[in-house]
Amino acid sequence: MFGPEQGHFALALACVLALVQFAVPLWGASRRDARLVGLAPYLAVSQLIALGYSFLCLVMCAVSDDFSVQNVAANSAVSKPLLYKITGVWGNHEGSVLLWTLILAVCGGAVSLFGRNLPDILRGRVLAILGGVSAGFQMFCLLTSDPFDRVFPAPMDGQGMNPLLQDPGLAFHPPILYTGYVGFAVPFAFAVAALIEGRVDAAWGRWVRPWAVAAWCFLTCGIALGSWWSYYVLGWGGYWFWDPVENASLIPWLTGTALVHSAIVVEKREGLKIWTVLLAIATFSFSLSGTFLVRSGILNSVHAFANDPARGVFILALLAIVIGGSLTLFAWRAPSLTSTGLFSPVSREGSLVLNNILLCSICAVVVTGTMYPPFMQLLAGRTISVGKPFFDAATIPLTLPLLLAMGVGTALPWKRAQLARTFSHLYAAAGIAAIGLVLCFWKLSGILPIACGALAVWVIAASVSDVLRRIGIGHTSVQGVWERMKNLPRSSWGAALAHIGAGITILGLCGMSQAEHAIVEVHIGETRSLAGDDWTLLDVHDYIGPNYKAMQADIAIRHNGKLVTILHPEKRDFTTQSQTTTEVAIHTNFITDLYGVIGDRHGTGQDTTYVLRLHRNPLAPWMWLGGLVMAIGGAFSLSDRRMRIGAPKRASARNMARA
Amino acid sequence: MTRKTRRLWIVIACLACVGSAAALTLRAFSSNIVFFMAPSQVKANPPSPDRTIRLGGMVMAGSLHRINENGTPVNAFEVTDGQAAVEVHYTGILPDLFREGQSVVALGTVQKDGGFTASEVLAKHDETYMPKEVADELKRTGKWDPRFGKAPDASSWDTMTAKKAGG
Repeated sequence: MFGPEQGHFALALACVLALVQFAVPLWGASRRDARLVGLAPYLAVSQLIALGYSFLCLVMCAVSDDFSVQNVAANSAVSKPLLYKITGVWGNHEGSVLLWTLILAVCGGAVSLFGRNLPDILRGRVLAILGGVSAGFQMFCLLTSDPFDRVFPAPMDGQGMNPLLQDPGLAFHPPILYTGYVGFAVPFAFAVAALIEGRVDAAWGRWVRPWAVAAWCFLTCGIALGSWWSYYVLGWGGYWFWDPVENASLIPWLTGTALVHSAIVVEKREGLKIWTVLLAIATFSFSLSGTFLVRSGILNSVHAFANDPARGVFILALLAIVIGGSLTLFAWRAPSLTSTGLFSPVSREGSLVLNNILLCSICAVVVTGTMYPPFMQLLAGRTISVGKPFFDAATIPLTLPLLLAMGVGTALPWKRAQLARTFSHLYAAAGIAAIGLVLCFWKLSGILPIACGALAVWVIAASVSDVLRRIGIGHTSVQGVWERMKNLPRSSWGAALAHIGAGITILGLCGMSQAEHAIVEVHIGETRSLAGDDWTLLDVHDYIGPNYKAMQADIAIRHNGKLVTILHPEKRDFTTQSQTTTEVAIHTNFITDLYGVIGDRHGTGQDTTYVLRLHRNPLAPWMWLGGLVMAIGGAFSLSDRRMRIGAPKRASARNMARA
Repeated sequence: MTRKTRRLWIVIACLACVGSAAALTLRAFSSNIVFFMAPSQVKANPPSPDRTIRLGGMVMAGSLHRINENGTPVNAFEVTDGQAAVEVHYTGILPDLFREGQSVVALGTVQKDGGFTASEVLAKHDETYMPKEVADELKRTGKWDPRFGKAPDASSWDTMTAKKAGG
């Protein structure tokens, strides 16, 4: 029922359905044949069902320990816990490509179900584009990385999974991150459909924005989760390493953030149309290249595909068709899109334009930093690398004006603003930011952290004061405030929340720039102090876990003689995989993380010493908390009635009935 | 505000941002690019002590020992590419995957005495994998030709080098 052959067949069926979904609605739309166009949603849903079945088959193979399937044999083992048997399905190349196309099919299904109010032709074209991309990647899956390949003879047990990857954080990180990446396929499809149609209007902006916001929320969560994972699992005390895989998720996030903002201008003012279409194409192109180029190693080394050149060539061809095709279409059709909305540079639109320019400049810097080493390797043959110092020096100065503009932007009215009037709304926020600046001078060291910290306080204060002003605190009665609170659109609440979240994340980053650590070698009972805390190694003992041997330390932390906590960091030795992992112990009070790692044991008897690494990380949890708040803000604005597709139609129908 | 003046404003803003982004990138590149070097290259033309480099090679078998500097544990080991060996000092906990006779990449600076002080040691590999830079270096020095099978077993390769370096 759920064997690998059934799964393979379902995958092939989904691929054929996706091809039909690509061809028929496009043909129908050009002939203005409503019946052919109307087939698109049915095709999308049936493709989703077939692909879902195929994915279920792969999960069943892994759960039932069917080691005759190559993919399961290479990545699973009988002794693996059930949760990781399931999540391990997407922990390898073949499975993750299948998951990727499944999420794409889910997006298609969602457009079919929630897009009932879209014009039929537009919906047909959007689904056709999604189907085309789907078909390409399903073909890639079938032809070069088939997850259902059998192996003969079947081994008795699988090779197991890297113990580092057996972690709940990492288990759910890929699906969330992929949903973010793939979600941008929908704005991309809308952009291509609009280019084919040659028309972008306010309604188009209203339809695209929820999809972009939803994808952005997932991508934000995915990046935050990945950063959190590397903080508490890898045990280096760091949270972001600026390596190509991380940058690959940051680049589409930056352009995606720009897209979410510029789509507002399309929706409200019918401006920035060409730019928004280009951003939609660019964001998905970056997502695609990010997932496939970097993850498969082309970026790190051009020769990584040497053992399977077919894969690399196929993926390059696919990327060339999708990205090149859409950009060609853009170059051909974009001039026919004209903007109508006029605005002065000092206005809400102006600030959104500035936001877009700055975000894209930061994005360009990150792209340069990521792509330069492989190109140098290719052209000059020199192996170089750029790391945190480069990215810090190049991106932070560009972030400062962005933060400054974030606070001013939401207070500006559309079309034309009077600066004096706007600033009169911002006195309170500026005052709070000044207090923040003083606090930063007191607590932080370094010019950039102080500036960033003060500006983060500014962003939070400006967002809060903007909401307070809009609901009329201090101007109207309590009843009036309540009425205004109810009437303030949820997208405004969401925007304020997202901006506050960004401020919280920046504060967390500033705090982390002041992190202190010490590497010490101590006997049992010895005490060392770090930044005002006394760390005492009480005891170290060994124990045997399910499939590892562990060495666990008890470290007591005292502040002014008062016990704060006892940490239990571990070092685990996985004998079967001959691998060691470090289990970090973290104590947090949401202001400061105390982070302890145990290293090697040296000497014997009385003279046994242990190497410990002790970290004090101020405001560390705020970095991920801010990410969560940003995503909640996005989700909140998604719940806005105006964002739900077709809502304006219903509202106008009701208004007409009332009239 | 006419369309033309608005466009002018946008163009000015774009130029300002892209210009400063380019300036920042170039400035950051000039001071923060990290070159990869093999021990023989370090010996041949040592980089200045204020320049951070990535040193890659094999940890020479039997070379790892510990020095205690005022209560801070310092790991000392030699990294070799088969031509020359460089002594590396690293304060901190060596990564879980660090092994003698296996490949390693260290980030740090070359001291005046020719030793290398590492701020970071990476050994993100298992028994069979080696960092690409190290593999390239092996091929370049003629220790391994990928056309004739797999890379030599790291530990045997390294003892061979150790003897050679000793003799």
